[in-house]
Amino acid sequence: MAKYRLTVNGSEKTVDVDPSTPLLWVLREELKMTGTKYGCGISACGACTVHVDGVATRSCVVPVSLIGKREIVTIEGVASDPVGRVVQSAWVEKDVVQCGYCQSGQIMSAVALLKATPNPTDTNIEESMGGNLCRCATYVRIREAIASASRQIKGAA
Amino acid sequence: MQRAVKTELNRRSFIQLTTAATGGLLISLYLDKPLLNAQQPPPPKVYPPDAFVHVRRDGHVVITVNRLEFGQGVQTSLPMILADEMDADWSQVIAELAPAADVYKDPLFGIQMVGGSGSIAHSFQQYRELGAKTRAMLVAEAADRWKVTQDQCRTENSVVYGPGNRSARYADLADDAAKKPVPQNVKLKNASEFRIIGKRVPRLDSHSKCDGSQKFGLDLDLPGMKIALVAHPPVFGGRVKSIDDRDARSLDGVRDVFEIPLAKGSAVAVVADRFWTAKQARDRLKIDWDLSGLEHADTVQLLAKYKQLAATDGNVAINRGDAKAMDQIPPANRIVAEYEFPFLAHAPMEPLNATVKFEGDKAEAWVPSQFQTMDQAVIAEVLGLKPDKVTFHTEFAGGGFGRRATTDSHIPREAALIAKRFRGTPVKLIWSREDDVRGGYYRPMHVHRVEIGIGRDGMPVAWRHVVVGQSLLAGTPFAMMIKDGVDETAVEGTKDTSYEIPNFRVTAHHPTVNVPVLWWRSVGHTHNAFVMETLVDELATRAKADPIAYRQKLLKADAKKLRSVLELLDQKSGWRKTLPRGRAFGVACHESFDTAVACAVEVSIENKRPRIHRATVAVNCGLAVNPLTVESQFQGGLGFGLTQLVVKGAITLKDGHIEQRNFDGYAPPYIMEVPMTVDVHIVPSTEPPTGCGEPPVPVISPAVVNALSKLTGKRYRTLPLKTV
Repeated sequence: MAKYRLTVNGSEKTVDVDPSTPLLWVLREELKMTGTKYGCGISACGACTVHVDGVATRSCVVPVSLIGKREIVTIEGVASDPVGRVVQSAWVEKDVVQCGYCQSGQIMSAVALLKATPNPTDTNIEESMGGNLCRCATYVRIREAIASASRQIKGAA
Repeated sequence: MQRAVKTELNRRSFIQLTTAATGGLLISLYLDKPLLNAQQPPPPKVYPPDAFVHVRRDGHVVITVNRLEFGQGVQTSLPMILADEMDADWSQVIAELAPAADVYKDPLFGIQMVGGSGSIAHSFQQYRELGAKTRAMLVAEAADRWKVTQDQCRTENSVVYGPGNRSARYADLADDAAKKPVPQNVKLKNASEFRIIGKRVPRLDSHSKCDGSQKFGLDLDLPGMKIALVAHPPVFGGRVKSIDDRDARSLDGVRDVFEIPLAKGSAVAVVADRFWTAKQARDRLKIDWDLSGLEHADTVQLLAKYKQLAATDGNVAINRGDAKAMDQIPPANRIVAEYEFPFLAHAPMEPLNATVKFEGDKAEAWVPSQFQTMDQAVIAEVLGLKPDKVTFHTEFAGGGFGRRATTDSHIPREAALIAKRFRGTPVKLIWSREDDVRGGYYRPMHVHRVEIGIGRDGMPVAWRHVVVGQSLLAGTPFAMMIKDGVDETAVEGTKDTSYEIPNFRVTAHHPTVNVPVLWWRSVGHTHNAFVMETLVDELATRAKADPIAYRQKLLKADAKKLRSVLELLDQKSGWRKTLPRGRAFGVACHESFDTAVACAVEVSIENKRPRIHRATVAVNCGLAVNPLTVESQFQGGLGFGLTQLVVKGAITLKDGHIEQRNFDGYAPPYIMEVPMTVDVHIVPSTEPPTGCGEPPVPVISPAVVNALSKLTGKRYRTLPLKTV
């Protein structure tokens, strides 16, 4: 076991865990932040996506020992970001969710996409969202919500 | 409304309504065997409104949903129905999932469950009557207070209005209204009076699923809770010979390692404080398995065996007309086609789980369950309790598609077996994704062999069809539905086709294979619709006919729902006439669970894979209670159906071992593999509502493949689609 100081959604947290523990399980079980989901554990489905220093990251394969001082943002904190707020409200406006289990990860991937590429092409969308599995296949509305969020971000700029 | 009230909803009227609205499968479930188990009490004859509606003093109307919510939107749609008849203020409605209890059993199935696309179809009338009775009691209370007649009162948005500008909020009437007698008969609204039903109402669970606050079964966190993982045998039915758990137990936080019995064979449970500890401990176990005497299923060998069987006549599902009519057709006018379908895993996004706390004389369970009644009974049986001593909470589920409706309740059973050793401590069993992919309960593998004799007019004269695949129902409480050696779920969509084929014979073989199988969203329609709709398309192509017009000609005169959707599709898919080069149009239609669907797709080939640029869908589901949800189910259901076509859409076995491990080997469709847009058009209807969960699934794969055939001239009969 080892102690780690993490910055999660702007606040400092200390955890005492096995160094190999993936960030996902630190968030879920130590910090009780269950919005970040376990889907596969091998970075193949994207349900566990969080931002690490702004980069969309599969938290299921990143050991907590590698995080260091990097800032972590999860679905619980993404609304404090203007793009995050726009994306969440676009998701609600388009009634995207079905079972909803993958949507934290979908939203985190979409926020990272739109921050880097406010006006994404279909190819940009497929590249950024192409690793986020949705078994309910809400993909059509995910595309619509990204388009809607993109319009709002451009309108605000 | 506080007091238990006595009422007798007219159950006969449920049955009449649903008889009119649903197909033979559901009806026979009720009529032939209303109960799965003689110990189960029948569904209640009394539906007390207070079990379903609670008007809070702050004005909120809490409506209880007698179903699991796992994406299908029933947590919004059922309250819409009740709130509309009640004239409740929709902005104040809160929905809650019901625990396991007799009062929440499906009025038709007689157990508490989600399945057969029946949530709205079976509970529409029930929720309307509950809403209307609640409203009547509130009006009766207001009328008494004002000393006016009930006829002088009207209701709107949770307020009763009376003569002389009098008004009273439901919240202020509710406590006294609950003491009123529940009316026997209430007048329901005419469709023209609906204010919520039929509107595009956004989901109630949208916000909580977009900000991370929605709790699913896997998110449950209870004081002192332990996490359990189970090491299952590498071949189905294997049993533990010996366990070396020294390395596993050396980890900090491991609480116990022990063998548990399975329905067939045994397994090793690891219990720890945290998931990661439990997983590491499980990885360190050295287990010697006894795999002797077990069939080591192998999909290559199974395929060869199935093909041999398909060449022979099976048990007769239907035999219409003259079986020898085929002999009159010259070989040049015959099509002989053989189809192969793999095992498929459901792979819902939320891994399977169940949490159980055993306290000696009672227990509590938290399960994202499609089969509450049976899951509760199994937990009780394992713990030596009566079912009513197990408080059973229905947790939100991250998808299911049939996987959370097992007839042996094996997930809650494992959880209960483990929790039994930890009295007073809640234990959450988690099946990792690897456990899920390798754990069985798949859509069965199938082979179909079809011979069609074509008449001079290009229409089929004779049709001989053999289906080979494991029975879903054999060995389950539903086995009584196997008739004359034919499992209806294996031939649904073929046997009962709406196409007019004068000489028609469908037979089935159900080999026994050591692989557990389970219904997979839309069940037998997944493979039967693919076979029927690709062959009918091939017939249309040979006849040089428009694929929609050909289907309209071939349909029976009384196939009204299918005719309505083909006509609507014809109008809405006008884009097919102006397709750019390299793109083709494909169509399919199918009726399942009493809902008819026609689908058109625009497809090109990119990197040797189908690229689906758009899909247009026409649907007839009777009255669409929430058209926004219907649209969602169809947009998503098409994507789910494409699990059949994706490259890694197959579970295979070699020498008894599953060859896939996780989403790297078994990969359902990602965003680029589904239609980029889906337009959904609903046939206007005031007929009773029929299901929308499963009917989207069967049509998409044949529609896509029919388009590919136009582009390449090839026929695609082996799934998954490895090459185009």
